[in-house]
Amino acid sequence: MTDTYTKAVNSGFTKTLATKLGLPRPAVLRRFRAGDPLTVGPVLVLSDDASRSDADTLATTLLGWDLDVRREPTDDARWGAVVLVLTNAARPTEVSEAVLELGSVLRRLAPNGRVVTVSRAAADGDAPELAATRNGVDGFLRSVAKELRYGTTGNGVLLTDGAAVDAPSALATVRFFLSARSAYVDGQLLAVGPGDAELPADWDHPLTGKVAVVTGAARGIGAAIARTLARDGATVVCVDVPAAGEGLARTANAVGGTTLQLDVTAEDAGTRILEHARTRHGRLDIVVHNAGILRDKLLANMKPAQWDAVIAVNLAAQLRINAQLLEAGVEGLHVVSLASTSGIAGNKGQANYGFSKAGVIGHTRATAPLVAAHGGTANAVAPGFIETEMTSSIPFATREVARRLSSLQQGGQPVDVAEAIAFLASPAAAGVNGQVLRVCGQNLVGR
Amino acid sequence: MATRKPSAGTSRSTTRTASTAPADGVRDAVIVGGNRIPFSRAGKKYADASNQEMFTAALEGLVARFGLQGERLGEVVGGAVLKHSRDFNLVRESVLGSSLSPATPAFDLQQACATGLEAAITVANKIRLGQISAGVAGGTDTVSDAPVAVSEGLRRALLDASHAKTLPARLKALSRVRPSDLKPLTPATDEPRTGLSMGEHQAITTARWGITREAQDEVALASHTRLAAAWESGFFDDLVTPFRGLVRDDNLRPDTSLEKLASLKPVFGKSLATSSDAAEPTMTAGNSTPLTDGASTVLLASREWAASRDLPVLARFVDAETAAVDFVHGREGLLMAPVHAVPRLLARNGLTLADFDFVEIHEAFAATLLTTLKAWEDAEYCKAELGLDGALGSIDPDRINVNGSSLAAGHPFAATGGRILATAAKLVAAKAAETGEPARALVSVCAAGGLGATAIIESA
Repeated sequence: MTDTYTKAVNSGFTKTLATKLGLPRPAVLRRFRAGDPLTVGPVLVLSDDASRSDADTLATTLLGWDLDVRREPTDDARWGAVVLVLTNAARPTEVSEAVLELGSVLRRLAPNGRVVTVSRAAADGDAPELAATRNGVDGFLRSVAKELRYGTTGNGVLLTDGAAVDAPSALATVRFFLSARSAYVDGQLLAVGPGDAELPADWDHPLTGKVAVVTGAARGIGAAIARTLARDGATVVCVDVPAAGEGLARTANAVGGTTLQLDVTAEDAGTRILEHARTRHGRLDIVVHNAGILRDKLLANMKPAQWDAVIAVNLAAQLRINAQLLEAGVEGLHVVSLASTSGIAGNKGQANYGFSKAGVIGHTRATAPLVAAHGGTANAVAPGFIETEMTSSIPFATREVARRLSSLQQGGQPVDVAEAIAFLASPAAAGVNGQVLRVCGQNLVGR
Repeated sequence: MATRKPSAGTSRSTTRTASTAPADGVRDAVIVGGNRIPFSRAGKKYADASNQEMFTAALEGLVARFGLQGERLGEVVGGAVLKHSRDFNLVRESVLGSSLSPATPAFDLQQACATGLEAAITVANKIRLGQISAGVAGGTDTVSDAPVAVSEGLRRALLDASHAKTLPARLKALSRVRPSDLKPLTPATDEPRTGLSMGEHQAITTARWGITREAQDEVALASHTRLAAAWESGFFDDLVTPFRGLVRDDNLRPDTSLEKLASLKPVFGKSLATSSDAAEPTMTAGNSTPLTDGASTVLLASREWAASRDLPVLARFVDAETAAVDFVHGREGLLMAPVHAVPRLLARNGLTLADFDFVEIHEAFAATLLTTLKAWEDAEYCKAELGLDGALGSIDPDRINVNGSSLAAGHPFAATGGRILATAAKLVAAKAAETGEPARALVSVCAAGGLGATAIIESA
């Protein structure tokens, strides 16, 4: 599961050689550790003229996070992050000064730096000029992200439904993109509404007091999700099929949680999950639908069992569990489902998997308003190439190519997916609903 | 203990109030749940797993199920029948290797195949007396990783050589070793006082009670069928945690049949057949338990402790009785001690066999179960040997080992008690939830040395 190439080009003689030969040099990504600074250097807040007051508001908040915030580019700085506020730009011609200013400082971004745009989503009824400006940010951000190097990422906050720039979820999303928690999230725009969100008292433990259920928690990404949620303060119920119980116990004992050996395809899985969470831990706040299986086969060769098993575990189980939790009227429930870039861009040999993961995206959008009625959210995370036991079984050459096919030129770690989930599951992200966040290092396929 | 008057508070209708406010100062000990690893036939999946590894794995699954990480429990009690001398602190070492607080005390205990149940009795008693609030009882055994000893001649020579002060003295000591001394002594489960294996002992009892081959095979078949059904229904989903890739008991043969069982050749009692015209050998590998590796644990606690941690309570540990019989002089069968223990246990608690919804009788051999039942139905025997007025009674077969027992699951000696107790606790809890009435189970485990341990549990 180690990416030998990335190690080699970042150390010793092989580093010198790789630099001389002009080989791609994927960076060693900075990942979250409690107590570390939020960014790797000072934060520059830029904006177009019309958005100046929003930029001021945001800069004030950033100052409150103990960041070194500047409003003017200076030559001596090694920037940790640049935040570009375009919330009130109304005409395409209005943004040029601000975006070019961003361009002028890109070369002085520190490794593992951040570029974050804050803008408004184009909406029905927008004047054509306004819609053009707002949607322009989308193509702009995705393009800039592809120009960034040395582990620096570019992501955007898309305010919707009149959400203020200092709406709690907007601030929490800006913070997530600025932080090392979003190490492998790149080239993504996340829509953020006003929501009934609350910023955490302790940013290092935003899930304190919450009870979370993680399915498929015995190993891989599921185990990383359990560890990350627990690190952020949640009590975690670890669910997996009885046959995976040994790994499940390991996960639960590592995070101080409890095990529930349960096949998520069981008719009453949702009810049993709720009962366990409530009787043993008093409540249920977060459900992470991570359990998933692969039965890769070209459709021409696919057997009914291979199709059906994937749909049953990856999709039908999530639907049934959600329905049972909604039926029980769980309040303030944050549901996060595992989709996949295969469900967005498709993948040869994964017709079943692609259907299930695109299905997850579909039901997430449809479930969002249903849980919102009970003060909850439903979102999905779509991982790209993640270094797990599963991907380590991919043949060497295919694996090497898959790893490099992203802006960050490397596979992600399970914890990268877990960080995105922990963010979406947090009370501060209550304004994010029905969204799909890719954790793919800006993989070249799909959006 | 046996002279204590039956408590008025143990009859069915008044159990609940009596158990929550005991008049004699003891409090309830309840079973919260259990965890074991799947049992595996000797030399298979756990061939290179030690007792400590297996017991730690069982403990870790229990800790994970009930969220006991970092918890300081009052005591962890368990043991192994076949044990290396280096494992003198087997249970404590397992605790230290677990996620429990290292400040959790532990000790080893051993009563042959009754080890697991005796451990539970011990933990329950400590809880009832208020000495501890919660504890784990369990056991582990491996035949695959059994200790191998050196011969007495070699052992003596080695000890003398190590005590010798000079090289010549050392050489002299070692020169006493003869080639025959180099043969290792493999562990034997033969009875030290009779030299007979347990199977041969049971064969004598089987013949004495006229237990047929067909009846034994039917018990074996029921054990496999019922255990397979329990696995299929998910009954063990919260009682077992896989270990080393094994997810189910691998001795289980869901597809066995009376025909297949009937085709097996007898392995015990062959000497009886030649010496006596009365006894055809009837005991086969199919209706005897195989040598097995495995480990099990049960979490017991006071009601308050369980409630304060939002933990479930499956059953109350009501009472227990151990017994021993004189098998050496042939007065009684080696595995008949529970037959003697149960009437005493019932009398003390004012109960009869009919008061039990479930009866769990360890199937050391199918014939053990059958002789036990037959003895209790025999008025003359009960009068002469048990001091009763008549037959103790009979038990509806549908209440006996309803989810299978050792013939199907296998029998890692010290781990069997924990397996049975956790199963019985879950059964009474489910029954009580279903009917709204208290449910009760009787547990009986026979053991080498003419020993036996029995216990009563009741839905909490």
